[in-house]
Amino acid sequence: MSSEEFTHHISKQFNADLEEVRSHILAMGGMVEKQVVDAVQALVEGDSGLASEVISNEKQVNGMERRIDEECTRIIALRQPAASDLRLLVAATKANTDLERIGDEANKIAKMAIRLSEDGAIPRGYIEIRHIGNHVNAMLRQSLDAFARFDVEQAVDVVREDKSVDVEYESAMRLLVTFMMEDPRYIKRALNVMWSLRALERIGDHARNIAEQVIYLVKGKDIRHLPLSTLDDNDLVNDGEGV
Amino acid sequence: MTAAERPRPKVGQKVVDMDFVPHKLEEEEVCLEVKNFRLYYGDKRALHDINMKIPKKRVTAFIGPSGCGKSTLLRCFNRMNDLVDICRTEGEILFDGNDIFHRTVDVTDLRRRVGMVFQKPNPFPKTIYENVAYGLRIQGINKKRILDERVEWALKGAALWDEVKDRLQDNALGMSGGQQQRLVIARTIAVEPEVLLLDEPCSALDPISTLKVEELINELKDRYTIVIVTHNMQQAARVSDYTAFMYLGDLIEYKDTDTLFTNPEQKQTEDYITGRYG
Repeated sequence: MSSEEFTHHISKQFNADLEEVRSHILAMGGMVEKQVVDAVQALVEGDSGLASEVISNEKQVNGMERRIDEECTRIIALRQPAASDLRLLVAATKANTDLERIGDEANKIAKMAIRLSEDGAIPRGYIEIRHIGNHVNAMLRQSLDAFARFDVEQAVDVVREDKSVDVEYESAMRLLVTFMMEDPRYIKRALNVMWSLRALERIGDHARNIAEQVIYLVKGKDIRHLPLSTLDDNDLVNDGEGV
Repeated sequence: MTAAERPRPKVGQKVVDMDFVPHKLEEEEVCLEVKNFRLYYGDKRALHDINMKIPKKRVTAFIGPSGCGKSTLLRCFNRMNDLVDICRTEGEILFDGNDIFHRTVDVTDLRRRVGMVFQKPNPFPKTIYENVAYGLRIQGINKKRILDERVEWALKGAALWDEVKDRLQDNALGMSGGQQQRLVIARTIAVEPEVLLLDEPCSALDPISTLKVEELINELKDRYTIVIVTHNMQQAARVSDYTAFMYLGDLIEYKDTDTLFTNPEQKQTEDYITGRYG
């Protein structure tokens, strides 16, 4: 199944409805992506103005979540979708929740950024934040691209990538613990940096969830909570002919 | 329910069986087996090499656009197509292992064992009681006590007894469409068939009567093998265990209903059930 096939329903209104859900998810994705980039930048650069902007945008993200869920519910009630249409709506509702959670995490980082900017902190651990921030942002973008193009290969990459984010997170934690042992006065700030890293790691998890929904949407296979080796399953990526 | 009343699972105890296993066609007992079956109306081939096994005591639904051959195939199961002069068949249909087209087969007996209900309710212009007793009388059952018993049993089986028990001697044509359809089902099950063929049983009924007939199908499947043809895909999805999608005389896809409606293998099936033009 490819992304163009959604426009082939006999009912033009149904086409339009599904297309609307899809484009709203992508719009929300773009918005959330920007929130994460801004939050990380605000934190690293100590820019409390940018951080407040992120916090005030959070309302919009929440509004979009409600809107998309409402659209999905309406389509399910009115059209009784089946097969790929049904999977699109189920995947959209779930990706919707994940996107909103990512928005929440960005919000948390922005709050942390304001707190840290007031401390006038020495930027320790910020390199890691920037690094992991870039990493999860790339994952998020990739999972949204995969959603837009119904691209299973890309989705599989995101799922695999999440593992390496976890590894980076672990080593950043270890580093911060070392800083804290060296200088106990740093503990308060280090904790704030840790919370931010934690938020970024969660964003990676949510991006992975979205990628898993893309795989479900295109292939009808639920790979959640299964070992990574499931991804090597040949018919997951190779046969381009699945419906 | 308060927290204290809620059951507490022990460590490691499985509270809910999480592994959803769809029905498996290969593991079912076979009732009807269609082998390399072809059907011609004159020169035109209406069914091409159909091969399928219909499982015992399950509901199997046929879906597909008009003219795809689903009713034609259904009518073959009790040889209704014998009545069409220009109709000719090749291949075989095995019912409990025996070919129904074999010359030794008694068609009347076959039709008793494989009953059929049509799109439009077709009660006889007789009393409700006589409608149900009709098939039994043909079988030579005339003792009133036995007839009474069987009529009551069949009407109860068709979920109609409570509505008609006080008016059994009324004319059946005075009933509502939904009641008439259930009466026809009662008439069919009165002779205790093994298979029930339903050809669009709900297309002339309102949504509530439709639900009653669907509920009835659900109850009857413990006792009978049911094959249903329907244009209403949601209905097929609701009532059936297995679904076969046919298109232009071919069997395109045949598998458990849950998989067919959530993740069909064939593009044609997908296009049909999602309402796309193929």
